[in-house]
Amino acid sequence: MNGIEVIEVIRAIGSRIEAEKEFLTELDNVIGDGDHGINMARGFHAVEEKLNGLEDKDIGTILKMVGMTLVSTVGGASGPLYGTAFMKAGMSMAGKTKLEMEGFLSCMDEAIGGVQARGKAKQGEKTMLDAMIPAQQAMRQALSDGKDNRAVLAAGVAAARKGVEYTKTIIATKGRASYVGERSIGHQDPGATSFTDILEVIAQGI
Amino acid sequence: MKKIINTVDQVENQMVEGMVKAYPQYLKKLECGNVVVRADKKEGKVALISGGGSGHEPAHGGYVGEGMLDAAVAGAVFTSPTPDQIYEGIKAVATDKGVLMVIKNYTGDVMNFEMAREMAEMEGIKIAQVVTNDDVAVDGSLYTVGRRGVAGTVFIHKIAGALAERGGELEEVRAVAEKVIAGVRTMGMAIRPCTVPAAGVPGFELSEEEMEVGIGIHGEPGTHREALKTADEIVDMLMDKILADLDYSGSEVAVMINGAGATPLMELFIVNNRVFDILAEKGIKVYKTFVGEYMTSLEMEGFSISLLKLDGELKELLDAKADTPAFKA
Repeated sequence: MNGIEVIEVIRAIGSRIEAEKEFLTELDNVIGDGDHGINMARGFHAVEEKLNGLEDKDIGTILKMVGMTLVSTVGGASGPLYGTAFMKAGMSMAGKTKLEMEGFLSCMDEAIGGVQARGKAKQGEKTMLDAMIPAQQAMRQALSDGKDNRAVLAAGVAAARKGVEYTKTIIATKGRASYVGERSIGHQDPGATSFTDILEVIAQGI
Repeated sequence: MKKIINTVDQVENQMVEGMVKAYPQYLKKLECGNVVVRADKKEGKVALISGGGSGHEPAHGGYVGEGMLDAAVAGAVFTSPTPDQIYEGIKAVATDKGVLMVIKNYTGDVMNFEMAREMAEMEGIKIAQVVTNDDVAVDGSLYTVGRRGVAGTVFIHKIAGALAERGGELEEVRAVAEKVIAGVRTMGMAIRPCTVPAAGVPGFELSEEEMEVGIGIHGEPGTHREALKTADEIVDMLMDKILADLDYSGSEVAVMINGAGATPLMELFIVNNRVFDILAEKGIKVYKTFVGEYMTSLEMEGFSISLLKLDGELKELLDAKADTPAFKA
Protein backbone atom coordinates (compact mmCIF):
# COMPACT_ATOMS: atom_id res chain seq x y z
CA MET A 1 0.00 0.00 0.00
CA ASN A 2 1.39 3.41 -0.89
CA GLY A 3 0.57 6.83 0.51
CA ILE A 4 -2.28 7.48 -1.91
CA GLU A 5 -3.88 4.17 -1.02
CA VAL A 6 -3.47 4.90 2.70
CA ILE A 7 -5.26 8.21 2.16
CA GLU A 8 -8.07 6.38 0.36
CA VAL A 9 -8.45 4.00 3.30
CA ILE A 10 -8.54 6.92 5.75
CA ARG A 11 -11.26 8.58 3.68
CA ALA A 12 -13.19 5.30 3.72
CA ILE A 13 -12.78 5.15 7.52
CA GLY A 14 -14.27 8.64 7.71
CA SER A 15 -17.30 7.60 5.64
CA ARG A 16 -17.79 4.50 7.77
CA ILE A 17 -17.64 6.51 11.02
CA GLU A 18 -20.14 8.97 9.56
CA ALA A 19 -22.44 6.07 8.65
CA GLU A 20 -22.09 4.54 12.13
CA LYS A 21 -22.32 7.88 13.95
CA GLU A 22 -25.79 7.39 15.35
CA PHE A 23 -25.28 3.77 16.28
CA LEU A 24 -22.04 4.54 18.14
CA THR A 25 -23.73 7.42 19.94
CA GLU A 26 -26.63 5.18 20.89
CA LEU A 27 -24.23 2.63 22.36
CA ASP A 28 -22.51 5.38 24.32
CA ASN A 29 -25.83 6.74 25.55
CA VAL A 30 -26.55 3.51 27.38
CA ILE A 31 -23.34 3.32 29.41
CA GLY A 32 -21.48 6.55 28.81
CA ASP A 33 -22.38 10.08 27.91
CA GLY A 34 -23.68 9.60 24.40
CA ASP A 35 -21.15 11.45 22.31
CA HIS A 36 -18.78 8.86 20.86
CA GLY A 37 -20.18 8.79 17.33
CA ILE A 38 -20.67 12.55 17.20
CA ASN A 39 -17.12 13.27 18.36
CA MET A 40 -15.47 10.72 16.09
CA ALA A 41 -17.43 11.97 13.08
CA ARG A 42 -16.39 15.56 13.84
CA GLY A 43 -12.76 14.44 14.01
CA PHE A 44 -12.80 12.50 10.75
CA HIS A 45 -14.51 15.40 8.95
CA ALA A 46 -11.57 17.55 9.98
CA VAL A 47 -9.15 14.82 8.87
CA GLU A 48 -10.89 14.62 5.49
CA GLU A 49 -10.26 18.31 4.90
CA LYS A 50 -6.57 17.98 5.68
CA LEU A 51 -5.90 14.95 3.47
CA ASN A 52 -5.79 16.98 0.27
CA GLY A 53 -2.24 17.80 -0.64
CA LEU A 54 -0.71 14.96 1.37
CA GLU A 55 -0.61 12.56 -1.59
CA ASP A 56 3.14 12.92 -2.04
CA LYS A 57 3.97 12.68 1.66
CA ASP A 58 5.36 9.60 3.39
CA ILE A 59 2.95 7.36 5.28
CA GLY A 60 4.34 8.40 8.65
CA THR A 61 3.50 12.03 7.92
CA ILE A 62 -0.01 11.13 6.80
CA LEU A 63 -0.75 9.04 9.90
CA LYS A 64 0.72 11.67 12.24
CA MET A 65 -1.49 14.31 10.63
CA VAL A 66 -4.52 12.08 11.24
CA GLY A 67 -3.52 11.63 14.88
CA MET A 68 -2.87 15.31 15.54
CA THR A 69 -6.13 16.30 13.88
CA LEU A 70 -8.09 13.81 15.96
CA VAL A 71 -6.43 15.05 19.16
CA SER A 72 -7.33 18.64 18.36
CA THR A 73 -10.90 18.08 17.17
CA VAL A 74 -12.46 15.05 18.87
CA GLY A 75 -12.14 15.92 22.54
CA GLY A 76 -13.43 13.61 25.26
CA ALA A 77 -11.49 10.43 25.82
CA SER A 78 -11.63 9.24 22.22
CA GLY A 79 -9.61 12.22 20.96
CA PRO A 80 -6.46 11.58 22.97
CA LEU A 81 -6.81 7.80 22.56
CA TYR A 82 -7.40 7.54 18.81
CA GLY A 83 -5.13 10.54 18.28
CA THR A 84 -2.32 8.88 20.21
CA ALA A 85 -2.93 5.60 18.35
CA PHE A 86 -2.54 7.24 14.93
CA MET A 87 0.41 9.40 16.03
CA LYS A 88 2.27 6.38 17.41
CA ALA A 89 1.51 4.42 14.25
CA GLY A 90 2.79 7.39 12.26
CA MET A 91 6.03 7.49 14.21
CA SER A 92 6.68 3.84 13.42
CA MET A 93 6.15 4.61 9.71
CA ALA A 94 8.29 7.76 9.65
CA GLY A 95 9.82 8.32 6.21
CA LYS A 96 8.29 5.17 4.70
CA THR A 97 6.37 5.23 1.45
CA LYS A 98 5.18 1.62 1.40
CA LEU A 99 3.04 -0.08 4.04
CA GLU A 100 3.37 -3.89 4.15
CA MET A 101 1.63 -6.28 6.54
CA GLU A 102 4.61 -6.43 8.90
CA GLY A 103 4.67 -2.63 9.01
CA PHE A 104 0.93 -2.53 9.66
CA LEU A 105 1.30 -4.90 12.60
CA SER A 106 4.09 -2.71 14.00
CA CYS A 107 1.74 0.24 13.69
CA MET A 108 -0.84 -1.72 15.66
CA ASP A 109 1.72 -2.57 18.36
CA GLU A 110 2.61 1.09 18.71
CA ALA A 111 -1.04 2.13 18.68
CA ILE A 112 -1.95 -0.37 21.41
CA GLY A 113 1.01 0.72 23.52
CA GLY A 114 0.01 4.35 23.09
CA VAL A 115 -3.61 3.71 24.07
CA GLN A 116 -2.56 1.71 27.13
CA ALA A 117 -0.19 4.41 28.30
CA ARG A 118 -2.48 7.37 27.62
CA GLY A 119 -5.60 5.67 29.00
CA LYS A 120 -3.81 3.85 31.84
CA ALA A 121 -5.86 0.83 30.80
CA LYS A 122 -5.39 -2.84 30.11
CA GLN A 123 -7.40 -5.62 28.52
CA GLY A 124 -10.61 -6.70 30.27
CA GLU A 125 -11.77 -3.23 31.36
CA LYS A 126 -14.42 -2.83 28.64
CA THR A 127 -12.49 -0.47 26.41
CA MET A 128 -11.26 -0.36 22.82
CA LEU A 129 -8.32 -2.47 23.95
CA ASP A 130 -10.66 -5.46 24.23
CA ALA A 131 -11.00 -5.38 20.45
CA MET A 132 -7.51 -4.11 19.59
CA ILE A 133 -5.43 -6.63 21.51
CA PRO A 134 -7.23 -9.83 20.39
CA ALA A 135 -7.28 -8.53 16.81
CA GLN A 136 -3.55 -7.90 16.94
CA GLN A 137 -2.84 -11.34 18.42
CA ALA A 138 -4.99 -13.05 15.78
CA MET A 139 -3.26 -11.15 12.97
CA ARG A 140 0.21 -12.00 14.28
CA GLN A 141 -0.82 -15.64 14.55
CA ALA A 142 -2.30 -15.71 11.04
CA LEU A 143 0.82 -14.08 9.60
CA SER A 144 3.14 -16.58 11.26
CA ASP A 145 0.88 -19.37 9.96
CA GLY A 146 1.77 -18.12 6.51
CA LYS A 147 -1.67 -16.70 5.64
CA ASP A 148 -2.00 -14.04 2.95
CA ASN A 149 -2.80 -10.42 3.79
CA ARG A 150 -6.49 -10.79 3.16
CA ALA A 151 -6.72 -13.79 5.52
CA VAL A 152 -4.58 -12.05 8.16
CA LEU A 153 -6.89 -9.04 8.24
CA ALA A 154 -9.97 -11.27 8.16
CA ALA A 155 -8.64 -13.04 11.24
CA GLY A 156 -8.13 -9.65 12.90
CA VAL A 157 -11.64 -8.50 12.12
CA ALA A 158 -13.14 -11.76 13.41
CA ALA A 159 -11.17 -11.44 16.67
CA ALA A 160 -12.13 -7.78 17.06
CA ARG A 161 -15.81 -8.65 16.61
CA LYS A 162 -15.44 -11.36 19.23
CA GLY A 163 -13.79 -8.78 21.46
CA VAL A 164 -16.79 -6.49 21.05
CA GLU A 165 -19.07 -9.38 22.05
CA TYR A 166 -16.84 -10.01 25.05
CA THR A 167 -17.26 -6.39 26.20
CA LYS A 168 -20.97 -7.14 26.66
CA THR A 169 -20.12 -9.64 29.39
CA ILE A 170 -17.90 -7.47 31.58
CA ILE A 171 -18.20 -4.46 33.86
CA ALA A 172 -16.63 -1.25 32.67
CA THR A 173 -13.83 -0.11 34.95
CA LYS A 174 -12.48 2.72 32.82
CA GLY A 175 -14.04 5.84 31.43
CA ARG A 176 -17.47 7.20 32.18
CA ALA A 177 -19.03 3.78 31.65
CA SER A 178 -17.42 2.71 34.94
CA TYR A 179 -19.86 4.90 36.85
CA VAL A 180 -22.89 2.80 35.93
CA GLY A 181 -21.16 -0.23 37.45
CA GLU A 182 -22.97 -3.51 36.92
CA ARG A 183 -25.47 -1.80 34.68
CA SER A 184 -22.80 -1.76 32.00
CA ILE A 185 -23.09 -5.55 31.65
CA GLY A 186 -25.03 -6.58 28.56
CA HIS A 187 -23.91 -3.57 26.56
CA GLN A 188 -21.04 -3.49 24.10
CA ASP A 189 -18.30 -0.92 24.40
CA PRO A 190 -18.57 1.95 21.89
CA GLY A 191 -14.78 2.33 21.58
CA ALA A 192 -14.25 -1.37 20.88
CA THR A 193 -17.04 -1.08 18.32
CA SER A 194 -15.58 1.91 16.51
CA PHE A 195 -12.15 0.24 16.41
CA THR A 196 -13.74 -2.83 14.83
CA ASP A 197 -15.44 -0.61 12.25
CA ILE A 198 -12.07 0.93 11.40
CA LEU A 199 -10.34 -2.45 11.10
CA GLU A 200 -13.13 -3.69 8.81
CA VAL A 201 -12.55 -0.74 6.50
CA ILE A 202 -8.81 -1.41 6.46
CA ALA A 203 -9.48 -5.08 5.65
CA GLN A 204 -11.76 -4.08 2.78
CA GLY A 205 -9.08 -1.74 1.47
CA ILE A 206 -6.50 -4.50 1.07
CA MET B 1 -35.70 17.85 20.41
CA LYS B 2 -36.89 21.36 21.21
CA LYS B 3 -34.18 23.93 21.99
CA ILE B 4 -33.55 27.62 21.52
CA ILE B 5 -30.52 27.29 19.30
CA ASN B 6 -29.50 28.18 15.75
CA THR B 7 -27.52 25.26 14.45
CA VAL B 8 -26.20 22.37 16.48
CA ASP B 9 -22.60 22.95 15.45
CA GLN B 10 -22.67 26.59 16.57
CA VAL B 11 -24.06 25.98 20.06
CA GLU B 12 -20.78 26.18 22.01
CA ASN B 13 -19.33 28.97 19.95
CA GLN B 14 -22.39 31.22 20.15
CA MET B 15 -22.77 30.52 23.87
CA VAL B 16 -19.20 31.67 24.54
CA GLU B 17 -19.58 34.71 22.27
CA GLY B 18 -22.78 35.64 24.04
CA MET B 19 -21.20 35.26 27.46
CA VAL B 20 -18.26 37.46 26.54
CA LYS B 21 -20.56 40.09 25.02
CA ALA B 22 -22.57 40.09 28.24
CA TYR B 23 -19.55 40.56 30.50
CA PRO B 24 -16.86 42.47 28.60
CA GLN B 25 -15.70 44.02 31.87
CA TYR B 26 -14.72 40.53 33.07
CA LEU B 27 -14.05 38.39 30.03
CA LYS B 28 -12.42 38.18 26.68
CA LYS B 29 -12.31 35.29 24.26
CA LEU B 30 -9.12 34.07 22.64
CA GLU B 31 -9.01 34.04 18.83
CA CYS B 32 -8.08 30.35 18.74
CA GLY B 33 -11.38 28.99 20.00
CA ASN B 34 -13.68 28.75 22.97
CA VAL B 35 -11.17 29.86 25.56
CA VAL B 36 -12.21 32.64 27.91
CA VAL B 37 -9.67 34.64 29.94
CA ARG B 38 -9.86 37.65 32.21
CA ALA B 39 -10.37 40.91 30.32
CA ASP B 40 -7.19 42.21 31.99
CA LYS B 41 -4.45 39.72 32.63
CA LYS B 42 -3.12 39.93 36.15
CA GLU B 43 0.63 39.39 36.40
CA GLY B 44 2.47 38.23 39.49
CA LYS B 45 -0.07 35.65 40.59
CA VAL B 46 -0.51 31.92 40.12
CA ALA B 47 -2.92 31.53 37.20
CA LEU B 48 -5.88 29.18 37.65
CA ILE B 49 -7.26 27.43 34.60
CA SER B 50 -10.21 25.10 34.48
CA GLY B 51 -12.68 23.90 31.94
CA GLY B 52 -14.51 20.94 30.57
CA GLY B 53 -17.36 20.27 28.25
CA SER B 54 -19.94 22.97 27.58
CA GLY B 55 -23.46 22.59 28.95
CA HIS B 56 -22.51 23.32 32.59
CA GLU B 57 -23.01 27.09 32.45
CA PRO B 58 -22.21 29.22 34.30
CA ALA B 59 -19.28 26.81 34.77
CA HIS B 60 -16.59 27.46 33.91
CA GLY B 61 -16.48 30.74 32.00
CA GLY B 62 -18.73 32.41 34.56
CA TYR B 63 -16.06 31.94 37.23
CA VAL B 64 -13.34 33.80 35.37
CA GLY B 65 -12.50 37.00 37.19
CA GLU B 66 -10.96 38.47 40.31
CA GLY B 67 -10.51 35.94 43.09
CA MET B 68 -11.36 32.89 41.02
CA LEU B 69 -10.20 31.64 37.60
CA ASP B 70 -7.87 33.25 35.08
CA ALA B 71 -9.00 31.09 32.17
CA ALA B 72 -11.75 28.64 31.30
CA VAL B 73 -11.70 26.33 28.32
CA ALA B 74 -14.98 25.11 26.87
CA GLY B 75 -15.19 21.91 24.85
CA ALA B 76 -18.17 20.65 22.88
CA VAL B 77 -21.25 19.93 25.00
CA PHE B 78 -20.26 17.44 27.70
CA THR B 79 -16.99 16.71 25.91
CA SER B 80 -13.61 17.66 27.26
CA PRO B 81 -11.83 20.44 25.38
CA THR B 82 -8.84 19.41 23.30
CA PRO B 83 -5.19 19.73 24.40
CA ASP B 84 -4.35 22.47 21.91
CA GLN B 85 -7.21 24.65 23.20
CA ILE B 86 -6.24 24.08 26.83
CA TYR B 87 -2.63 24.84 25.94
CA GLU B 88 -3.65 28.15 24.32
CA GLY B 89 -5.45 29.02 27.54
CA ILE B 90 -2.42 28.13 29.63
CA LYS B 91 -0.10 30.23 27.44
CA ALA B 92 -2.44 33.21 27.59
CA VAL B 93 -2.56 33.37 31.39
CA ALA B 94 0.77 31.84 32.49
CA THR B 95 2.91 33.97 34.77
CA ASP B 96 6.29 33.48 36.40
CA LYS B 97 4.50 32.17 39.47
CA GLY B 98 3.04 29.29 37.52
CA VAL B 99 -0.28 27.80 36.49
CA LEU B 100 -2.63 25.51 38.37
CA MET B 101 -5.03 23.38 36.34
CA VAL B 102 -8.28 22.42 38.08
CA ILE B 103 -9.54 19.28 36.37
CA LYS B 104 -12.75 17.40 37.07
CA ASN B 105 -12.10 13.69 37.33
CA TYR B 106 -13.21 12.25 34.02
CA THR B 107 -11.07 10.06 31.82
CA GLY B 108 -11.27 12.44 28.87
CA ASP B 109 -10.72 15.63 30.86
CA VAL B 110 -7.70 14.21 32.66
CA MET B 111 -6.13 12.95 29.42
CA ASN B 112 -6.66 16.18 27.48
CA PHE B 113 -5.47 18.42 30.32
CA GLU B 114 -2.43 16.22 30.89
CA MET B 115 -1.52 16.39 27.21
CA ALA B 116 -1.80 20.18 27.41
CA ARG B 117 0.33 20.15 30.54
CA GLU B 118 3.03 18.18 28.71
CA MET B 119 2.96 20.79 25.93
CA ALA B 120 3.26 23.61 28.49
CA GLU B 121 6.13 21.92 30.30
CA MET B 122 8.00 21.64 27.02
CA GLU B 123 7.69 25.42 26.76
CA GLY B 124 9.14 25.83 30.23
CA ILE B 125 5.87 26.88 31.88
CA LYS B 126 5.69 26.05 35.58
CA ILE B 127 2.48 24.07 35.95
CA ALA B 128 0.69 21.86 38.46
CA GLN B 129 -2.73 20.25 38.61
CA VAL B 130 -5.44 19.08 40.96
CA VAL B 131 -8.23 16.68 40.09
CA THR B 132 -11.60 17.18 41.78
CA ASN B 133 -13.63 14.12 42.73
CA ASP B 134 -16.41 15.14 45.08
CA ASP B 135 -19.19 12.84 43.88
CA VAL B 136 -19.98 10.23 46.54
CA ALA B 137 -22.47 8.43 44.27
CA VAL B 138 -19.59 6.72 42.54
CA ASP B 139 -17.45 4.34 44.53
CA GLY B 140 -13.83 5.27 44.48
CA SER B 141 -13.13 1.56 44.18
CA LEU B 142 -10.92 -0.49 41.93
CA TYR B 143 -13.83 -0.80 39.56
CA THR B 144 -14.08 2.80 38.54
CA VAL B 145 -11.71 5.50 37.42
CA GLY B 146 -12.48 7.11 40.76
CA ARG B 147 -15.11 9.56 41.73
CA ARG B 148 -16.39 12.22 39.40
CA GLY B 149 -15.73 15.89 39.83
CA VAL B 150 -19.06 17.71 40.06
CA ALA B 151 -20.49 20.87 41.65
CA GLY B 152 -18.01 20.89 44.55
CA THR B 153 -15.43 21.99 41.98
CA VAL B 154 -16.80 25.54 42.32
CA PHE B 155 -15.51 25.62 45.91
CA ILE B 156 -12.04 24.79 44.61
CA HIS B 157 -12.29 27.66 42.11
CA LYS B 158 -13.35 30.01 44.89
CA ILE B 159 -10.90 29.04 47.61
CA ALA B 160 -7.78 28.28 45.56
CA GLY B 161 -8.62 31.36 43.48
CA ALA B 162 -8.66 33.54 46.59
CA LEU B 163 -5.25 32.33 47.71
CA ALA B 164 -3.80 32.80 44.23
CA GLU B 165 -5.22 36.34 44.08
CA ARG B 166 -3.49 37.36 47.29
CA GLY B 167 -0.15 36.11 46.02
CA GLY B 168 0.07 32.51 47.22
CA GLU B 169 2.81 30.41 45.67
CA LEU B 170 1.95 27.58 43.27
CA GLU B 171 2.62 24.91 45.87
CA GLU B 172 0.46 26.70 48.47
CA VAL B 173 -2.41 27.21 46.04
CA ARG B 174 -2.23 23.57 45.02
CA ALA B 175 -2.18 22.48 48.66
CA VAL B 176 -5.24 24.52 49.59
CA ALA B 177 -7.06 23.15 46.52
CA GLU B 178 -6.23 19.63 47.73
CA LYS B 179 -7.54 20.53 51.16
CA VAL B 180 -10.87 21.58 49.66
CA ILE B 181 -10.98 18.41 47.55
CA ALA B 182 -10.40 16.36 50.70
CA GLY B 183 -13.23 18.14 52.51
CA VAL B 184 -15.98 18.40 49.90
CA ARG B 185 -18.59 15.79 49.05
CA THR B 186 -21.51 15.96 46.63
CA MET B 187 -24.43 13.81 45.60
CA GLY B 188 -27.12 14.48 43.04
CA MET B 189 -30.32 13.16 41.51
CA ALA B 190 -32.61 13.97 38.60
CA ILE B 191 -36.25 13.66 37.72
CA ARG B 192 -35.87 14.59 34.06
CA PRO B 193 -32.92 13.99 31.73
CA CYS B 194 -31.28 16.39 29.32
CA THR B 195 -30.64 16.23 25.60
CA VAL B 196 -27.22 16.91 24.11
CA PRO B 197 -27.98 19.09 21.05
CA ALA B 198 -25.83 17.02 18.71
CA ALA B 199 -27.41 13.78 19.93
CA GLY B 200 -30.99 15.01 19.65
CA VAL B 201 -32.34 12.48 22.14
CA PRO B 202 -32.17 12.41 25.95
CA GLY B 203 -29.31 10.57 27.65
CA PHE B 204 -31.80 8.34 29.44
CA GLU B 205 -35.53 8.10 29.94
CA LEU B 206 -37.59 8.31 33.09
CA SER B 207 -41.30 7.79 33.59
CA GLU B 208 -43.34 10.35 35.54
CA GLU B 209 -43.06 8.16 38.64
CA GLU B 210 -39.31 7.57 38.53
CA MET B 211 -36.12 9.34 39.54
CA GLU B 212 -32.49 8.68 38.74
CA VAL B 213 -30.20 8.75 41.78
CA GLY B 214 -26.46 9.31 41.82
CA ILE B 215 -26.54 11.33 38.67
CA GLY B 216 -23.45 12.95 37.19
CA ILE B 217 -23.37 16.22 35.32
CA HIS B 218 -23.29 14.92 31.74
CA GLY B 219 -26.78 13.58 31.24
CA GLU B 220 -25.40 10.11 31.81
CA PRO B 221 -27.45 7.66 33.85
CA GLY B 222 -26.91 7.62 37.60
CA THR B 223 -26.09 4.70 39.82
CA HIS B 224 -29.68 3.51 40.12
CA ARG B 225 -33.30 4.31 39.46
CA GLU B 226 -36.18 4.22 41.88
CA ALA B 227 -39.70 5.44 42.50
CA LEU B 228 -39.97 9.19 43.00
CA LYS B 229 -40.21 10.23 46.66
CA THR B 230 -40.88 13.46 48.53
CA ALA B 231 -38.22 16.17 48.66
CA ASP B 232 -37.44 15.39 52.30
CA GLU B 233 -37.06 11.69 51.62
CA ILE B 234 -34.77 12.39 48.67
CA VAL B 235 -32.64 14.78 50.74
CA ASP B 236 -32.43 12.24 53.57
CA MET B 237 -31.15 9.62 51.16
CA LEU B 238 -28.52 11.90 49.58
CA MET B 239 -27.41 13.31 52.94
CA ASP B 240 -27.05 9.81 54.41
CA LYS B 241 -24.62 8.95 51.68
CA ILE B 242 -22.65 12.20 52.04
CA LEU B 243 -22.47 12.10 55.83
CA ALA B 244 -21.47 8.44 55.81
CA ASP B 245 -18.57 9.26 53.53
CA LEU B 246 -16.86 11.95 55.57
CA ASP B 247 -17.03 12.72 59.25
CA TYR B 248 -18.45 16.23 59.50
CA SER B 249 -19.36 16.01 63.18
CA GLY B 250 -18.52 19.09 65.18
CA SER B 251 -17.32 21.00 62.15
CA GLU B 252 -18.61 24.01 60.29
CA VAL B 253 -19.64 23.57 56.68
CA ALA B 254 -20.45 25.45 53.52
CA VAL B 255 -23.52 24.09 51.74
CA MET B 256 -24.20 24.26 48.03
CA ILE B 257 -27.61 23.32 46.65
CA ASN B 258 -26.96 23.25 42.94
CA GLY B 259 -29.73 23.24 40.37
CA ALA B 260 -29.15 20.97 37.38
CA GLY B 261 -30.52 23.51 34.88
CA ALA B 262 -34.31 23.29 34.91
CA THR B 263 -35.08 23.01 38.59
CA PRO B 264 -37.12 25.86 40.06
CA LEU B 265 -35.46 27.80 42.86
CA MET B 266 -38.57 27.04 44.86
CA GLU B 267 -37.64 23.37 44.87
CA LEU B 268 -33.99 24.09 45.62
CA PHE B 269 -35.05 26.05 48.71
CA ILE B 270 -37.33 23.19 49.77
CA VAL B 271 -34.24 20.98 49.51
CA ASN B 272 -32.14 23.40 51.53
CA ASN B 273 -34.80 23.60 54.19
CA ARG B 274 -34.33 19.92 54.92
CA VAL B 275 -30.54 19.96 54.51
CA PHE B 276 -30.23 22.69 57.13
CA ASP B 277 -32.45 20.82 59.59
CA ILE B 278 -30.53 17.58 59.19
CA LEU B 279 -27.24 19.38 59.80
CA ALA B 280 -28.66 21.19 62.84
CA GLU B 281 -29.86 17.89 64.24
CA LYS B 282 -26.36 16.46 63.90
CA GLY B 283 -24.68 19.47 65.45
CA ILE B 284 -23.03 20.51 62.19
CA LYS B 285 -22.98 24.28 61.89
CA VAL B 286 -23.78 25.88 58.55
CA TYR B 287 -21.31 28.73 57.96
CA LYS B 288 -22.53 29.73 54.53
CA THR B 289 -25.12 28.46 52.05
CA PHE B 290 -25.20 28.78 48.28
CA VAL B 291 -28.47 28.00 46.49
CA GLY B 292 -28.68 28.34 42.73
CA GLU B 293 -27.24 27.16 39.45
CA TYR B 294 -23.49 26.69 39.72
CA MET B 295 -22.75 23.60 37.64
CA THR B 296 -25.65 22.69 35.41
CA SER B 297 -26.37 19.86 33.00
CA LEU B 298 -28.24 21.67 30.23
CA GLU B 299 -31.98 21.42 30.94
CA MET B 300 -31.77 18.52 33.35
CA GLU B 301 -34.25 18.71 36.19
CA GLY B 302 -32.62 17.73 39.42
CA PHE B 303 -30.12 18.97 41.96
CA SER B 304 -27.04 18.11 43.94
CA ILE B 305 -26.04 18.80 47.51
CA SER B 306 -22.41 19.66 48.29
CA LEU B 307 -20.98 19.91 51.78
CA LEU B 308 -17.57 21.45 52.37
CA LYS B 309 -15.87 21.01 55.72
CA LEU B 310 -14.32 24.30 56.78
CA ASP B 311 -11.51 25.43 59.01
CA GLY B 312 -10.27 28.93 59.75
CA GLU B 313 -8.18 29.17 56.60
CA LEU B 314 -10.94 27.91 54.31
CA LYS B 315 -13.54 30.19 55.90
CA GLU B 316 -11.37 33.20 55.33
CA LEU B 317 -10.66 32.28 51.72
CA LEU B 318 -14.33 31.49 51.09
CA ASP B 319 -15.21 34.97 52.33
CA ALA B 320 -12.44 36.73 50.39
CA LYS B 321 -13.42 39.04 47.57
CA ALA B 322 -14.54 37.41 44.33
CA ASP B 323 -15.86 39.38 41.40
CA THR B 324 -16.82 37.21 38.45
CA PRO B 325 -19.92 37.04 36.24
CA ALA B 326 -21.44 34.13 38.17
CA PHE B 327 -19.96 34.36 41.65
CA LYS B 328 -19.44 37.39 43.84
CA ALA B 329 -18.25 37.54 47.42
